[in-house]
Amino acid sequence: MAETIVSPVVEQEKEEWFGKKERKLLVDPINNDNPVTVQILGVCSALAVTTMVEPALIMAISVVLVTGFSNLVISLLRKGIPKQIRMIVQLVVIAFLVTVVEQVLKAYNYEVWNKLSVFIGLIITNCIVMGRLEAYAMANKPWRSFLDGLGNGAGYGLILIILAVIRELTGKGAIMGLRIIGPGADYLIDTQTSAVFGWYQPNGLMVLPASALFLVGIIIWIQRARNRKLIDVS
Amino acid sequence: MSNRYITIYTLVMTLVVSIVLAFVVKGLEPMHISNESVFKKKEILGAIKDQLGADLSKMADKEILELFDQRIEQAVLDASGKKVEGLKAESISMAAEEKKPEAERHYPVFIYKGDKGNLYLVSVRGMGLWDKIWGTVAIEEDFNTVAGASFGHVGETPGLGAEIKDNPAFRKQFQGKTIFKDGQYVSVGVIKGGARDKEHQVDAISGATITSRGVNEMMERGLRPYLPYFEEMKKK
Repeated sequence: MAETIVSPVVEQEKEEWFGKKERKLLVDPINNDNPVTVQILGVCSALAVTTMVEPALIMAISVVLVTGFSNLVISLLRKGIPKQIRMIVQLVVIAFLVTVVEQVLKAYNYEVWNKLSVFIGLIITNCIVMGRLEAYAMANKPWRSFLDGLGNGAGYGLILIILAVIRELTGKGAIMGLRIIGPGADYLIDTQTSAVFGWYQPNGLMVLPASALFLVGIIIWIQRARNRKLIDVS
Repeated sequence: MSNRYITIYTLVMTLVVSIVLAFVVKGLEPMHISNESVFKKKEILGAIKDQLGADLSKMADKEILELFDQRIEQAVLDASGKKVEGLKAESISMAAEEKKPEAERHYPVFIYKGDKGNLYLVSVRGMGLWDKIWGTVAIEEDFNTVAGASFGHVGETPGLGAEIKDNPAFRKQFQGKTIFKDGQYVSVGVIKGGARDKEHQVDAISGATITSRGVNEMMERGLRPYLPYFEEMKKK
C-alpha cells in the first residue's frame, strides 16, 4: 500500500529580510497607526517635553531606541519567559534600557539630561513601550518585533518633533535655539524694527502644556479628515 | 512552568541586569562627575556673563574649567561670615547646606579676578512656585553694586516663572543695582507692577507672581549671611 506521506502543508510565509510586511511594520505606526494620534498612547509625555525642539528630538531618539530594543530583547526571550511573571520581565527589560539611555545621555549631553532626566525616567511608564511588548513582541519573531518597535517609537517621535517645532517657533520665535522672530536685535526678524512684522508677538500660551493638547487635537483632526478609515477606530 | 523555573529565571535575570548596569554606571561615572562640575561652574559664571568678554554658551568644557582655574579664587564662609580655611567653595552644595541648622551652614564665595577689579560671586537659594530656585549674585569691589546675577530653578513654569533663567532681560535688570540704601541693607527688590526705586528694585515677571516673590525673598535673605564678610572686606 503505497502511502504517500503528505507533509502538512503549512502555508509558509516567505521570510524576507525587508519585504512588504516589514515595511508596513515600520511605516504604519508613523502614519495610519500612529501611537499618539491613533492609538492615543503616550500623550502626557508628548505634552511635557515639546516646548523646545532639542529636548524633543533627544526624547524621540531615546524612545525609538527603547521601543526598538525592548521589543527585540523580549521577542528573543519570549519562549523562555514564564507567563506568570511576563509583565515583570518586560518591565525589567524596559527599565534596564531606559537606565542605560539615561546614563549615556548624562555622560554625553549633560544639559539636555538635566532638562529631561525626569521624563527619560518616565519612558519606563510610557504605555507605548509596554503596549508593543504585550501586543507584538511576545508573539512575533525578533527582527519583525524590532522593526515594530522602531516604527512605533518613530511614530511617537514624529509627533513630538512636529509639536516641538510649532511650539518653539510660535512660543519663543526660535527653532533649535536659533532665534528667528521676536523682539530684539539677536533675532533674524526683529519685530521691534521690522516694518512688515511689527505686529507680531510670540504667543506665550504655546509654551504651556495645554497648547500641546490643542495641537495634538488639530493633528488628529487633519489626519482623520484625510483618512476617513481612522475615524472611530480608537 | 514550575515555581522552581520561575524562581531561577527571576534570579538569573536580576543578576544579569544588575551586573550589566553596575558596569555601565561605573564606566560612565568619571564623565558624569566632570560634566557636573562644568555645569556648576558654568552656572556660577553665568552671573558675570557680560563681564567675561567671551560667549559663555559657546565655550568648550575645557575652556570653562581653565577660565575658572585661572581667574577665580575661592573662599568659604561660616554662618558668622568668617572665612573657613581648608574648604573649597566649589565643593559646597547649597542644597545640602540648606538642610543644616543655620549656625552650622557654610557659604561659598567665588572671587573673579577681572581686568576691572574683583567681582565677588555669592550663592543664594530660595523657593519658587513649584520647587527650589537658586541664583548667583556678583557684587563689585565697593560691596554695594550688583555686577550681575543669574538664576536657576528645578521646575518653574516655562514661559512664566522659568523666565528668571531663560529671559536675559530679567537677569540684566540686576546690573548696577545697589544693595545698601543710606548704609542700610535693602537687597534688590523684585517688585510686581514695576520697580519704583530704580536703584534698589527690579521689575517682576508678569504672570509669575509667586516665582518673582520667591526671587525677592531669596535675594533679601540670601545675601544677608554675606554682609559681615562684605563689611570686613570693605575695611581692607
